[in-house]
Amino acid sequence: MTMQKVFERPKALSTIPFAYCSGCLHSVVHRMIAEVIDELGLLERTVGVCPVGCAVFMYEYMECDMIEAAHGRAPAVATGVKRMLPDTIVFTYQGDGDLAAIGTAEIVHAAARGENITTVFINNGTYGMTGGQMAPTTLIGQKATTCPTGREPASEGYPIRVCELLATLDGPSYIARVAPITPAGLTKTKMAIKKAFGNQLDGKGFSLVEVLSNCPTQWKMTPIETFSWIEEKVIPQFPLGEFVDRE
Amino acid sequence: MSTKTLMKGNEAIVRGAIAAGCRGFFGYPITPQNEIPEYMAALMPKAGGVFLQAESEVAAINMVYGAAAAGARVMTSSSSPGISLKQEGISYIAASELPAVIVNIQRGGPGLGNIAPAQADYFQAVKGGGHGDYRLLTLAPWSVPECFFLTALAFDLADRYRNPAMILADAIIGQMIEPIEVPEKLETNEPPKPWATTGRKGRPKNVISSLYILPDAMEEVNLRIQAKYALASEREVRYDEIGVGDADLVLVAYGCMARICKTAVDLARSEGLAVGLFRPISLFPFPTIRLEELAEQGRRLLVVEMSHGQMVEDVRLAVNGRTEVGFYGRSGGVVPTPTELLDQIRSRERAVEKREQEGALDSRSGVRL
Repeated sequence: MTMQKVFERPKALSTIPFAYCSGCLHSVVHRMIAEVIDELGLLERTVGVCPVGCAVFMYEYMECDMIEAAHGRAPAVATGVKRMLPDTIVFTYQGDGDLAAIGTAEIVHAAARGENITTVFINNGTYGMTGGQMAPTTLIGQKATTCPTGREPASEGYPIRVCELLATLDGPSYIARVAPITPAGLTKTKMAIKKAFGNQLDGKGFSLVEVLSNCPTQWKMTPIETFSWIEEKVIPQFPLGEFVDRE
Repeated sequence: MSTKTLMKGNEAIVRGAIAAGCRGFFGYPITPQNEIPEYMAALMPKAGGVFLQAESEVAAINMVYGAAAAGARVMTSSSSPGISLKQEGISYIAASELPAVIVNIQRGGPGLGNIAPAQADYFQAVKGGGHGDYRLLTLAPWSVPECFFLTALAFDLADRYRNPAMILADAIIGQMIEPIEVPEKLETNEPPKPWATTGRKGRPKNVISSLYILPDAMEEVNLRIQAKYALASEREVRYDEIGVGDADLVLVAYGCMARICKTAVDLARSEGLAVGLFRPISLFPFPTIRLEELAEQGRRLLVVEMSHGQMVEDVRLAVNGRTEVGFYGRSGGVVPTPTELLDQIRSRERAVEKREQEGALDSRSGVRL
């Protein structure tokens, strides 16, 4: 009797070990994207665009064609690929500093154009790679190396809700926020990513999945503590749900 | 077969690009280059290509980066302040060894400046412009026909060296209307691009990146890029000469400034002055060796620019003290007139004459200065 294989490395994921910190959710989301690419049979058609930030080496971990973009410009780079090669499936993977600070113009306009690309947006409220500076999504009162006494609205302003902001536009076909911190949350995250890729396949236009993520290193918490923080502090500021879902 | 027609420089750039197989244009409005995106918007869809107005120059150059990574012949255009905004992206394109064409229709500066012609972006164009050790293969047209043919050539050079190429023109070249014979077919040389990120389709994955975390690996890339520039310096130097044969004084100018110098040379010749014109067409690689020869032949040089002296530095490096290199420049959108240049030529010739007479007197009296 031969044993049936029920779990294996996705073909879209390379064999290079992740260099992310212990407990970081980047590797979980990378794997989900790879699973979706496998399940939809897109490995030979996909071009990924990685950000500047902790996921800068994502091209090492993926087995599809990959482009490393300048900080914040992934949606513009993805636009260039998709417009020249409409049959490719193009995704960007971006953090909060990349997408919601330096790259605000690029993501807003890619969404407004209804650019037929997929964006996975990792929101962990900090600049992890550069050492824990304040991000556009850092919570009020949350400490960072550049707001050492906690984010103060009078001087640092308020966190940006990207999904709600982009949902005001007519261009996007799908905008959702998920949190892969529970078994149900993991399932919803995978389903949202799959839908965002499926929409592109169907030519529906721009899709974005915001993943509430963590940073045990810069938050100075254990991985388990980061999940409680997301549950108690982050989700009230960034509510989960589907903000746009156009047929 | 070709048809003769009247055309603006900016339109000729568009037609040259499309004739060369450019199938992607990404840009943002700025005067005095707006005819380029406007003609692109009208003509590119008919050629089966992509025209997209980006949300900024920064986005446009990054769209070019993505489109070039996808293996297409692509370009963007802008004018001075907009070209400054593109510099980070241009550095990434050069470092990732992608071919692309960037057009700069220069205007008066620095800062917001004005929309009048200038040549003050020379350093930015030929010395790299953005961060890191890279150069742009830079061509400077002086006529509407050259706008067409040099733009087409820029695509071949960009592909040949896998390096961004720049057309460095200005408001006069972009806006002036001249007759041009547009060829029905254009020979271009677009090589296969097995490195492009097109989706794997049965091959190992391709990655376009300029991230080399190990210094030795980054240096290796830099050395490879420098080797390409050394090769380009051997093969891609282009220049033009008018009346240099018997000239004691040779004006050195590029683009529309060379056009005006040509008129000044004609005026000087009609007064019996032995003056010629040397016009670099490729600004990088620079025609260093030919300038060296002119210096060895004892000819004096007068560099004329619409700036306060940028190309003159490359001329001085080329001649390395072998001959006298004068400079005359106006800036901020002010264009020197032929008679203004004639005055410069006359006063310099008079000064030389005077010096020679004094030298003769000195040698008679035995006094050496």
